[in-house]
Amino acid sequence: MSTGLEYSRPPRRGIVSALTDPLVDLGTLVLRSIETLGDMTLFAWQTIRWLVARLPSKDTLYTNMYQIGVLSLPVVALTGTFIGMVLAVQSYTQFRAFGLETQLGGVINRTMFRELGPVLAATMLAGRVGSAMAAELGTMRVTEQIDALSSMGANPVHYLVVPRFLSCLLLIPSLTIMAVFMGVVGGAAYCVFLLNIDVHHYSANSKLYVENWDLLYGIIKSVFFGATIGLVSCYRGFNCKPGAEGVGQAATSAFVQSFVVIIVLDLFLSILLDNIYSYLWPTSPMLLNG
Amino acid sequence: MTVSKPIIEINELDVSFGRQDVLRDISLSVPAGQTLAIIGESGCGKTVLLKTIIGLVQPTRGYVEFDGQRIDQLDDQELTRQRTRFGFVFQNAALFDSMTVAENILFPLRQHHPGERASHDDAMLARLAEVGLPTAVLRKRPAELSGGMRKRVGLARALIMNPEVLLYDEPTTGLDPIVSDVINELMMRTRKQNPVTSIIVTHDMKTATKVADRIVMLYPLARLADDEEQILFDGSAEEIEGANDRRVTQFIRGEAGDRLMEMNETAEEVV
Repeated sequence: MSTGLEYSRPPRRGIVSALTDPLVDLGTLVLRSIETLGDMTLFAWQTIRWLVARLPSKDTLYTNMYQIGVLSLPVVALTGTFIGMVLAVQSYTQFRAFGLETQLGGVINRTMFRELGPVLAATMLAGRVGSAMAAELGTMRVTEQIDALSSMGANPVHYLVVPRFLSCLLLIPSLTIMAVFMGVVGGAAYCVFLLNIDVHHYSANSKLYVENWDLLYGIIKSVFFGATIGLVSCYRGFNCKPGAEGVGQAATSAFVQSFVVIIVLDLFLSILLDNIYSYLWPTSPMLLNG
Repeated sequence: MTVSKPIIEINELDVSFGRQDVLRDISLSVPAGQTLAIIGESGCGKTVLLKTIIGLVQPTRGYVEFDGQRIDQLDDQELTRQRTRFGFVFQNAALFDSMTVAENILFPLRQHHPGERASHDDAMLARLAEVGLPTAVLRKRPAELSGGMRKRVGLARALIMNPEVLLYDEPTTGLDPIVSDVINELMMRTRKQNPVTSIIVTHDMKTATKVADRIVMLYPLARLADDEEQILFDGSAEEIEGANDRRVTQFIRGEAGDRLMEMNETAEEVV
């Protein structure tokens, strides 16, 4: 009796095709990536065009804002608190070795404001909301609800994507502020109550190393992250493959791709914002060479 | 029946998805007021044809004309306007899960006439009565309804804008024979009460023969020779009974025929 494995075995190939096949596969991958990027750009353009042309109804927008923003608050606050504490735990030993434990506040707060706050809020949003949006839109695609919208003369991008995109864009700064605040509080609580660092010196050093720009820095980043989550997740949902497996893949790829783009964007935005800072305040003591 | 001016003209239509050809050289003319059933086995492109008519699928070649206008050449605004002249009943009703039945039925009206909310409820109740549903369903979500009820809600939603053309995609699929017949009767009643042109995609011969004035049978391209036409039959319900093409008679009688031989051959090859 034969097994299924035998049927799935690829046909025997010559040495030339064995050498060229990887190139063909690579070429196909590159072409597909370019195609997806182009498709995503068009999708983003359509979303922005509809956003400018006609705002979504208040009901739709508020429902999405509640789902995306309000329901994300507890998880963002909780993770923010623990990240602040973890930062304190990890940095304490090194700082103590140099007798600099009172400087911990500056490090924790600056890291939370500039990096961990925005990235953490974005990651939580991509995981909690991005995947859900992709799964919901994917299910709507599979069950022809998106076709039904079009057939009734409603534009699916305007009706489904714009409110989600706008909610991500408008509410991620608030989530970032919440993550930062809770991280700062968590870090301070751990340092003061568990590591017995002097409150006065801790808060004085915290103030010394953090300025308004740092908060703006995180918020600017978060707006880009929010836009990325909204667009990538909706795009993945809209282009969902048929069946339950397709919906699952859409949800997974929405999170993975959003996260990758967020991390890459984070690097470039950090470089850009640091350059803007040094251009605007060339003599600031916050600059390493200042 | 008097033959009216065609409201839908399909001209030399080809549709492909990537390398897969689904429709080839389809030409059809649908007069206003006609009820046309498009039959054929699964995968022959019936639903794709229906979606191409309303511009949800773009043709690779050829075009669809609705009321003298090419659907593929309309801009977004005009396409939206023309789509309000259609009602589409989807295979699984495609009701919006997040909305109640009332919100589903009212959706097209709220979308296109947001300022006339006072008259919306009357229209909704009239359509609900037309499809024979009690008002108690209005507050329910689609997930709480049976398959037959969902189809009826889908029909009420499709009728709410008083469409000129109704497109039905497998209206009786997945329903028991009694509920299927209820849907058939509803389609016939809808046609009597509203002067609509209907195109029904189905593989249910009972629906096709009972409801339609004209039946068109499509055949899957994968099973056709390059020079063969994809439309195997175009005629009335009476005419299809006397069709000469073996593939047509096999389909209307529901006989496996040479498919069974092919299946056996494949099984032998596998073993």
